[in-house]
Amino acid sequence: MSFMILLSNLMIPLTFAIILICGYAKRVDVYQTFIEGAKGGFGTVVNIAPTILGLIVSVGVIRASGALDLLTGFFAPLLSRLGFPAEALPLTAMRLVSSSASTGLLLDIFKNYGPDSFIGRFVSIMMSSTETVVYTLSVYFMSIGITKMRYTLHGALLANLAGVVASLFITIWLFG
Amino acid sequence: MLNYIWGGMILIGIAVAAFNGTMEEVSSAIIDSSRDAVSLMITMLGIISMWMGLMKIAEKSGLIDYLSRKMMPLLVFLFPDLRRNMKALNYISTNMMANVLGLGWAATPAGLLAMEEMQKVNKKKDTASRSMCTFLIINLSSLQIVTINIIAFRAEYNSVNPAEIIFPGILATIISTVIGVAFAKIMEVFER
Repeated sequence: MSFMILLSNLMIPLTFAIILICGYAKRVDVYQTFIEGAKGGFGTVVNIAPTILGLIVSVGVIRASGALDLLTGFFAPLLSRLGFPAEALPLTAMRLVSSSASTGLLLDIFKNYGPDSFIGRFVSIMMSSTETVVYTLSVYFMSIGITKMRYTLHGALLANLAGVVASLFITIWLFG
Repeated sequence: MLNYIWGGMILIGIAVAAFNGTMEEVSSAIIDSSRDAVSLMITMLGIISMWMGLMKIAEKSGLIDYLSRKMMPLLVFLFPDLRRNMKALNYISTNMMANVLGLGWAATPAGLLAMEEMQKVNKKKDTASRSMCTFLIINLSSLQIVTINIIAFRAEYNSVNPAEIIFPGILATIISTVIGVAFAKIMEVFER
């Protein structure tokens, strides 16, 4: 099981090594190219900063008011029987709808329970294996004027459900 | 959508606070979370820029193009209707590779172009073709290997090992994608 963690720890250094070796093999000026790309990263972060700020504030409000606890308390008896942490329910539902709103809820979980808690690890893995289904589907289909999307939504929801269930089992298996 | 979610959460929060007597907590939450957001941005600025710098090298060295070409046989299996439509397959491979590497901003434009190409050969213009269904199911099953955002968030909240979730995440992603592909392939047979 610690094998999985070992592989995780290998991922980023390995990616660096492979990409650098490819870069040198193709005679790319790797440092200059890195700087150029990193500059783009500043733009990306600055662009999403107001969105994240807005959602962190609204999640902060709903958390501090006690509304989030009311909601999770309501579903807790049912969910705990399934082994699903009730505190992750609002995030799991929001994940399908909005990427930035779910980011706000994810950060709320990290802040309140810590990223290394069971629920913190579960939501980290769950967020890695799911997507913003509703938003993405409407963008893609609207762009070409498709109104009948047939079985796309079913398939996407099924895949995401599989992602959530798999994340839960993997978290229990590795860290439970 | 976000228009209602954002304001809705704040209004519900304030309403619940009025009943719960937690108005003081809500007030300080507004101030504190605004401050938290900036400290988060600083962490993200470092980690995201590092990743994008690295990916730029992968792009310039031709590694990303190489990997996209290697994907072609798989794409022909997934999209039998697009066998001879190299333009569509190229956009699809660019989109998928960008998603795998966590380059979301590069994935969307290629994905939209792929949809346009598929629409050109679509017989019923208001109905999704089976290639479109398969493409979006795979796209939405999550493909990302290194979820650099999640790692940045974990680092910001002082995780002992922010990267420990990479491989468990890959495993969960593989499972969700396999289920998505299986569903799409089954539906291809049953829904004609």
